[in-house]
Order: sequence, then structure tokens, then C-alpha cells
Amino acid sequence: MAEVVIEAENLTKRYGDFVAVDQVNLRLQAGEVFGLLGPNGSGKTTTILMLLGLTEPTAGLARVLGYDPQRQPLQVKSRVGYLPDQVGFDDELTARENLSYIAKLNGLRHPTGRIAEALARMGLGEVADKRVKTFSRGMKQRLGVAEILLKRPSVVVLDEPTLGLDPEAAREFLQIIRDLKREGITVLLSSHLLHQVQMICDRVGLFYRGKIVLEGRVTELAQQVLGGSYRVQLRAEGPDVTEILKAVPDVLSVDQREKSYYELEARRDVRAEAAHAAVSAGARLLAIGLQEPSLDDIYARYFESVGANDRSHLRIVGGA
Amino acid sequence: MVRARETREGSPWRGLWVVVAKEMADHLTSARMRFLEFLMVLIALGTIYMAIQNLRAGEEHFLFLKLLTTAQEPMPAFVGFLGFLVPLIAIALGFDAVNGEFNRRTLPRILAQPIYRDALLLGKFLAGLFTLALVLTAIWLLIVGMGVFRLGVPPEGEEVARSLWFLLATVAFGGVWLALSLVFSILFRAPATAALASISLWLFLTVFWGIVAGMLAQVLSPVQFGFPQEILSQANLELTLARLSPNTLYAESVLALLQPAVRALNPILPIQLHQAILGTPLPLGQSLLLVWPQLTGLVAATILLFALGYVLFQRQEIRA
Ligand SMILES: Nc1ncnc2c1ncn2[C@@H]1O[C@H](COP(=O)(O)OP(=O)(O)OP(=O)(O)O)[C@@H](O)[C@H]1O
Ligand SMILES: [Mg+2]
Repeated sequence: MAEVVIEAENLTKRYGDFVAVDQVNLRLQAGEVFGLLGPNGSGKTTTILMLLGLTEPTAGLARVLGYDPQRQPLQVKSRVGYLPDQVGFDDELTARENLSYIAKLNGLRHPTGRIAEALARMGLGEVADKRVKTFSRGMKQRLGVAEILLKRPSVVVLDEPTLGLDPEAAREFLQIIRDLKREGITVLLSSHLLHQVQMICDRVGLFYRGKIVLEGRVTELAQQVLGGSYRVQLRAEGPDVTEILKAVPDVLSVDQREKSYYELEARRDVRAEAAHAAVSAGARLLAIGLQEPSLDDIYARYFESVGANDRSHLRIVGGA
Repeated sequence: MVRARETREGSPWRGLWVVVAKEMADHLTSARMRFLEFLMVLIALGTIYMAIQNLRAGEEHFLFLKLLTTAQEPMPAFVGFLGFLVPLIAIALGFDAVNGEFNRRTLPRILAQPIYRDALLLGKFLAGLFTLALVLTAIWLLIVGMGVFRLGVPPEGEEVARSLWFLLATVAFGGVWLALSLVFSILFRAPATAALASISLWLFLTVFWGIVAGMLAQVLSPVQFGFPQEILSQANLELTLARLSPNTLYAESVLALLQPAVRALNPILPIQLHQAILGTPLPLGQSLLLVWPQLTGLVAATILLFALGYVLFQRQEIRA
């Protein structure tokens, strides 16, 4: 059985009457990449800060690598690398000097080699002695990761690591996270870029109003939220085949998005039957594809259903 | 909150000297400090030169101390300038200590390293204090050098001892203003606001507090029949009130330390101090005894203000 690296039990944070994080339970195993999702202000950053001992929980328990971030923050912080959502450095100092300060704060004995190594690995070797004020956002972000690598942590926490990066830089970042995972480092990250999260995370947790409302592997969540349905897209010219497609067994619904474009929702993979039916009806089949359940769909569908609930709730209140 | 702090593990001062070294390096290379150092040297040269012009005529005792305290119209004495300059330098060293880190977004990163907030805050305070002490010591050496060069005689042992105590009192005085500006840098997010608040308070204490103390004394302890006791009790009350300001404490300390002939600070108002000068100088021990309450008062005010800042900083959310 894998070791539990990050653990939260009924973790709660209140600001006055406002509950920012509401009884969150979380368990991350060693080597896992876990993604925190959720709308703005749903409590992701607050949860992260509590796990790092940077904010005091109002109630509940947190454990990181077996240490209590509240009582043993030094133990936690010397083993966990953290990239805040808005990363800033001492602009007047060079990249190397900034890392040197962090190395000293961590009590590293001979940091010179490690600093150079971390900078080189993040592709900052050439600009190591340039002042950070000349750095672009992406470079600062990479310097932030270099700082994390310097500590050789066993857990890495990244708050919106790809925020504001260009697509190429974001792709590189995802590769870095994969590399961390390969080295056996546990990664907890928050992000709004569902596509990226889906690509790199083993499991995700969806925050909504301070609670984790969904948690698990993407396929599990798809099962849960989308009802395990399959989406088949079909492009066929010629006669309208909506009714014919509807008659295919296990097809739940057919949506004709454009004149010759259909989207099917089915209980199983019905590509073969649907293609046969369309061709038999005299249509010219141009393309057919099966859409993997995406986190985007799950996210959108979940909030659709919550939104509907909210409205019904309002209606009840209004009618009373 | 209290419970968690009582049981937390590891030294609260871990990383303290790393922070002190980093912050001192920042101070000593900052344009702000260079400017103030330049100003300080200019004032030292100017006032001491003037004083030397005045002194040369008659050979006297305590020549070196007179270098510091002799004024020639329109130029105030060096110590008079210090009363203004030291608070200014202290404020310049502290007003953006904490909010600057917030605005540069470096605070979450630094506090994610294995140190407590205690070390960061005390480190910033000590770095400011040491910088101040360093600058003042340099000026002190400059003055001694100038004195030896122009007067042609080395300072007496007692003069050196007295001027070193004076140096210490000046650093303690600066400590009060440093701690105050540190508190404001925690309270206000905008460094400009913190600087303005510090300077306003300084102006108030420098310009208005004397007047306010006089008025309050008149109201609270009126002279109705013109008895000497009444006058004395009013004067005493006014003095007590005036001593709530660090400026008064510092002025009194300087007076007794640099003018060995001053025998009393208490029953006589500072403006009437010439009455207290009765020829025979006091030995250093006696002078020290005289200003001991003032010196401890300055140190106590510093500690109280720092403690206030400490409490505020511990409870502060680190999120920008
Ligand atoms: N110091 C504070 N005082 C009061 N409320 C706060 C404070 N800090 C955060 N909050 C509130 O807590 C809630 C959770 O914030 P948090 O930053 O954890 O959200 P998030 O999920 O990280 O959002 P985002 O996606 O925008 O980063 C927000 O509604 C925020 O307004
Ligand atoms: Mg956030």
C-alpha cells in the first residue's frame, strides 16, 4: 500500500462568517499528481496555504509527510516546494542571488553547485547573473521552479503554475511536472486549465464554495457526472438521418448541430452501427469519431446541474 | 492560535542571521541609504567645523564633547541635527520592510522556507538597527578623526566613554522609530502610507507634543494661588507628559551624557536647564544614573513597539 503524503481531515477555514474552506478531506499518495479545480474563490489557494502551515485552519487536521503543518512547520517547509499563484522575487538581485538567499534560509551547506544545476535545468543558465527585474513572467515562473528544485523536495505544491504562460511555455511546464512525477515527487497543483489538468493529473478534486464536491480519476468522474455516456460525432452529407440514427440501439439522443453534423449520446460505443445505418440510408459518410470524456464536459455539466439546483432553490424561496 | 504557538516545534530564530545579512546588504546598497549617509556626513562636517571655529579660542575641559554640542548661529549643534536625522533614517529603514515584501509578492515564497515569521521580522528589525549603528559609528569615527586633526589633542578617556554612551542612546532612540515604522509597514499595504504615518507621528511629537504637554499640564494641574508647590507640580506634570515622547527622552539623555556639568533633569524644565549647570562636572557613573530611566525608557518603547508589530505580523494573512 502506498504511503499517504498529504492528508486533510475536515479542514476548515473561516474568515468571520464566511466559510472559505468547508470540511475538506483529502488524501494524496506518494508519487501522485493531484489537481485542484474549481471556480474563482472556491477555496483552492486557502487549502494549499493551510497545508503548508502558512494560514491557520479554523478547524480540522492537516498532515504533510506525517508532520502537522501547524505545529511542525519547519519540518514541512523544508521538505515541500511551493510555487505561489503570484510569484515575485527581489528584483534588484540576480537569479543566482535570489536562489542563494533561499538556499541559506534552507540551511543548505554548499549550495553553489545545486543552484547552478537548478538554474541550468530550468533553462536559466544563461541569465543566471541578470537581475530578476529584466525577467519575463515565464522566466520568473521558471525561476520559481528552480527554487523548488534547489530544495530537492519530496512534495511540490503549485498554485496555478501555468497562469499567464504562452502555450509553448505552458507545455514545457507540463513536461516539468511529468518529470517531477517520474522522480517520485508528489505534486499537488491548482489550475483553471482543465485540458492541462486532464493531461497530467492522476486524480482531481473539484472545489465548489469551499467544499470538494467531486473527487477521483477523470474517468470515474465522467461516469459519475456524465452518467457513463459515450459521445459520437458523425459527419454525413445527403438526406437527414436524425431519425435513423435515433433508431440505432443504445443511442440515447441525437443532436443535429449543423446541416450535416450529428452528435450522438449513447450507452456504449455505437460507431459501427451508426455508420452502417447512415450509409444504408443513402448518406455520404465523411467522418465519425468517439469523443473521450473530457474534464471540460464534466466541469460544465456539473455546474449546469448545480446552477439548475440553485435556481430551483431560489424559486422555492421566492414562492414561499 | 495560542495553543498552536505554544507547542510549535523548532527554533523560532532559525534563519535569523541569514535574514539580517540579506536585509543589511539591501540597506547598505540602497540609493535611499546612500543619500541619507551623504546628508549625515555633510551635516557632521558642517557642524563640527563650525564648532571647532568656536572652540579654538579658549582651552577647556571636554573639548570633544563640546564639538558635538556647540552650536553657532544659524547652525544648530550636531546633536540637534541628530534629533531630526535619526528618526528620519530609522523611518527610511523600516517603512517598507513588510509591505514591500507583500507588494513584490515575495512574502509567501520566503515564508514557505523553513523559518518562522519571528525570524523574518526580528531579522528585518535587527538589520535596520545594525545599519543605523554602523552609519552612526562611522560618523562618530569621522568626528573623532576631525577633532584630533583640528584640535591637535586626542580625546580623554572619559570623553570617549561618554560619547560611546551617547552613540548607544542614539541607536536606542533610532530603535524606537525603526520599530514604529515597522509596525506601520505591517499595518499599511502601501509603503507611501506607512512612510506618511510615521513622519506625521514624528512631526507631531517633535513640533506639537511640547505644546500639548504644556497645555495639558495647565489644565490638569492649574496654578491657582501662585504657590511654589503648585508651580512645581505643574512643571513636573508637564515634564512627565513630555517624556511620553521619545524625543524628550533622547534630548535629556544627550544633555546629561554630553554635558557632565548637568546635575539634574527632574525638577527643572529642560528650557531652564542652565540653572542646573553648577560648575563641577559629574563623573560618568553619576551622569549615567541620571539618564538611566531615559535610556531604559527608550529601550522599553522599542521593545513594546516591536512586540506590537510581532503580534500584528503573526496574525496577518500572507496572501497579497
Ligand atoms: N483574508 C481574507 N479575508 C476574507 N476572505 C478571504 C481572505 N482570503 C481569502 N478570502 C476568501 O476566501 C475565498 C477562497 O479564496 P481562495 O483564494 O482560496 O480561492 P481560489 O479557489 O484559490 O480562487 P482562485 O481560483 O481565484 O485563485 C474567497 O472567496 C476569498 O474571497
Ligand atoms: Mg487561488
